[in-house]
Order: sequence, then structure tokens, then C-alpha cells
Amino acid sequence: MLEALHHPFFQRALAAGLLASIACGVVGSYVVVKRMASISGGLAHAAFGGVGFGYLVGMPPLWGATLFALVCGGILGWTHRRIRESLDTLIAVMWAVGMALGVVFVSLAPGYAPDLMTYLFGSILLVPPVFLWVMVLLDGVILATVALLFKEFRAVSLDEEYCRILGLPTEGIFLGLLVLVALAIVVLIQVVGVILAIALLTLPAAVGRQWSDGLGRMMVLATLFGMGCTTVGLFLSYWFSASRGLDLPTGPLIILLAAAGFGLSGILRRATVRRPGAGAAGR
Amino acid sequence: MSVPAVTLRRVGYSIRGTTILEDIDFSLESGEFLGIIGPNGGGKTTLLKLLLGLVTPDRGEVRVFGRGPRDARGTVAYVPQFASFDLQFPIRVLDLVLMGRLGRSRTLHRLGADDHRRAVEALERVDSAGIADRQIGNLSGGELQRALIARALATEARILLLDEPTASLDSRSGTGLYDLLSGFRKTMTVILVSHDVGLISRYVTSVACLNRKLYYHGSKDVSREIIEAAYGCPMDVLVHSHSHREVPPHAPEGEA
Repeated sequence: MLEALHHPFFQRALAAGLLASIACGVVGSYVVVKRMASISGGLAHAAFGGVGFGYLVGMPPLWGATLFALVCGGILGWTHRRIRESLDTLIAVMWAVGMALGVVFVSLAPGYAPDLMTYLFGSILLVPPVFLWVMVLLDGVILATVALLFKEFRAVSLDEEYCRILGLPTEGIFLGLLVLVALAIVVLIQVVGVILAIALLTLPAAVGRQWSDGLGRMMVLATLFGMGCTTVGLFLSYWFSASRGLDLPTGPLIILLAAAGFGLSGILRRATVRRPGAGAAGR
Repeated sequence: MSVPAVTLRRVGYSIRGTTILEDIDFSLESGEFLGIIGPNGGGKTTLLKLLLGLVTPDRGEVRVFGRGPRDARGTVAYVPQFASFDLQFPIRVLDLVLMGRLGRSRTLHRLGADDHRRAVEALERVDSAGIADRQIGNLSGGELQRALIARALATEARILLLDEPTASLDSRSGTGLYDLLSGFRKTMTVILVSHDVGLISRYVTSVACLNRKLYYHGSKDVSREIIEAAYGCPMDVLVHSHSHREVPPHAPEGEA
């Protein structure tokens, strides 16, 4: 099975999976502890509108996706304190409108219709070499930002009101967090697509959280778990194809592996750790 | 005469036409331990938010050491009700306390050895140095409350505000907590909001009763008369049951 590594496409896919896992592990940890899963899902689907926009105006679709994810992240960041009750609705609107725009834009675009499945479910086996460098760049931005603002992001995730009392620029910090989510989504669109991006932003981080009492460790474990899932998923899909003649889509396979790993990890966690009964939650 | 720790002049606040606070007029000297009692919806939490600068009054003026609450940020520390906390959050007690050190610099602030030392000291002041490495979900209610107080102490504030600090504690941990708080009086002003009239009266230096208006007796001696006066104001929740429907006629209906 290791002969897979001789294929350049496989090497690129492996690299893409590992690079995506870094973005997922780090940003996903904030998504999970700050409970931003629905916001992230909304951004991912809004990004699909950008893919269509890219086709319409003739710019690279992933640039369009980046643009849409960032703009929608900005809108959510600016409004989330002001509209509070209806934030949920706004996310749903963004989610659906993004998808609708994507399809409409593509139908209006000149030339033959592109294969949208690539963007909906990812195409890790077809990563263009140049996109690997984009991923390296995006991972670099994410890691540098988190290295600089780790404690601030964590504080805002835990207790926004207290951060305002401390005089921290709470809104700006939250907005920064949303920008990181948007960048992570761009990375993920290539690997698993807009529909499944949310899974890689939450599942590895959720596993990391089960085995961590600190956020830093959670990020490291989430990244490692993500790397494990993408790597195993790639080899598995290669094996199915090479020895069984089955062409299984790799992105969805990775997600299913991650979900199974999450379930397994939960069971293992329950079995190995006796939760202290006197916790404050146990009232 | 020194500047009072807190001054409110004819302060009024309402949300969408409903008056929450009306004509609040009082000042508090440094070193006092003020207990504010009053029914749910009486405006206690709103009063704390005014002092923290989280909300702005519609009328009147709030002063903290002679400055507006927003300018006085850093001098007021806050201990929230912990029931709202995500106890599964992966953070250790020491890091929670260090959060109190974050607002002290305007620029990107890297926490240094000094911040670390002060966080440990804050934990020692609440007799909790032993729990520094525990994740917050593995604490008892009393331990978490102390951790949150340590976080407030780590800010080096001069006024400590506590919102129902004993609401989720058994009475023994509650008493221990009050003992601790009355010890802080030498170095800071403490304002706490509580339902627990009987218990706080043993520790505080003055009692105010808040039910839209503030009934403040301003005495340093917590005499029987003051407590009785506090009970005597529209404090149905204490005297009667848990509903403030059956209130004296001057108590407002339908407060937020």
C-alpha cells in the first residue's frame, strides 16, 4: 500500500490533509469551546456563494470563497452583539443564501458548467500544487495569530462580558476569531468541501477536548487526530480503489473516520476516567 | 475627606420603557462592605453593571473614585454568578485567574513572571493555592467561587463587586466565603448583592435594599433597626414567598 506514496497526486493529497489538520485543530478548538459551530457552518456555506461568484466574474473560485467567507465573518462579528436574539436566524439566512447564490452565479457564468461537487464535497486528490503553498501561507497566518493572541481568544471564548469589564477590545478579538474561522474554511473547501468543512472544524477538536484540561493541549491533540484521520482516510481510499476497484470519495471517508474516532474516543474516555462526583456541575 | 469609592447621583435606568432603577442617590466610602438585598428583578444586577460601565444610565451620574465607570475600568473587579459558566471549558484555575491580568496593558500584552506571581498570590488570599492546576469542571461550587474571586483580586482592583456569591453554595461554604470577604475590607471596598439577608447581616458594614429605588441606611453599625428597616422596605421576596406579585402598592409590576 505504501507504493501510493510514489504518486505525486497522492503526495500532494497527503500534504493537503496534514496542512488542513493544523488549521482544523487550532481554529476548531476555538470553534468548539466558543460554541461557534453554527456560525462556522454558515460561513462555509456562504463561501459557496463566493465560489459561484468567482466563476461568474472569472476569478479563481477559491478567491471568491475567501472573499465571501471574510465578508460574512465581518457581518456576523459586527452584528452578533447587537442583534443577539436573531443571530441564529441571520446564520440560517447566510447559510441558505450563500448556497443559492453559488448555484445561480454558476448558471449565469459563461462557458460550460463546472463540476460543483468538487466544492461541495472537496477534492483532496486533485489539489493543485500551488494551492499547497496557499495552505502553508494560511496555516502560517493562523498559527502566528494564535501565538500572539492565544490568551485573548481564550478569554473571549470563556467569558465575553468579563473581557469587556477588563477593558479588552472584545469585539475586535471576536472578529479576529471569525477571520481565522474563515481562513480555515478556505483551507477546508479544497479538502472536504463546504458541506463537510464543519465536521473537520468540530470533530478533531471535540476529541482533543475529551483528553485535555487546557486549550493548548486540546489544539495539539486535535491536530494530531485530524492528521491521523486524513492520512488513514487517504490510504483507505487508495486501497479500496487499487485492490477492490471501489472509487470511494476521500473527503466523506475522512469525515466518517473522524466521526467513528470521536465516538470511540468518547467511549474510551468514559471507561478510563472516573468523573469526580463533587464537581460544581453535580449540584 | 477622601473621594468616595462610589457615588450615584439621581441615577435612573430603564429598558424599553420599563423602569429598572429610579432616582438612585447614594455614596459609599472606601473600605466599606456593603450588602445589597432585594427581590429578583429589583435591579441589583443592573446596578452592578452601571458601576462596571457595562450599561449607561438614562439619567444622573455614576462616579467611581470620582471618575466615570469606563475611565475607572481596572479599579472595579467583578465576580459573576458562576451558574452561567461552561464548566467543561478546558482551562485550569491558574489560567482563569491570570485572565484578570489581561486588561492591564493597552498593547498586546504578554503575561510575565510578575503577572504569574500576582495570580498565585490572589489564589493564596482565597486559601486556594492547592487548586491552581485543576480544570474548572473538577471543582466544587465553593472552590470555583473562590477561583473567580481570585481572578477579581488579580486585577488589583480597589472595589470588588459580587453577584449572589453564595447562591449555589451550601450554608457552610457560604459562611466561609463571607469570612473571607470581610477580611478584604482592610484593602478594598466590597459590594455584594444577595438574597441571603440573614447571613450577610453578620458581616457587612452597611445594608442597602434595592427594589427599583435604593433604600440605603448608610450605617456602619449593622443594628437590628437597620435590618428591620431593610425588611420593612418592599422586600416581599424575603418576608413572604418567592413572588413579588403580592407586593406593597409602591412596588413596580413587570420588571425585567
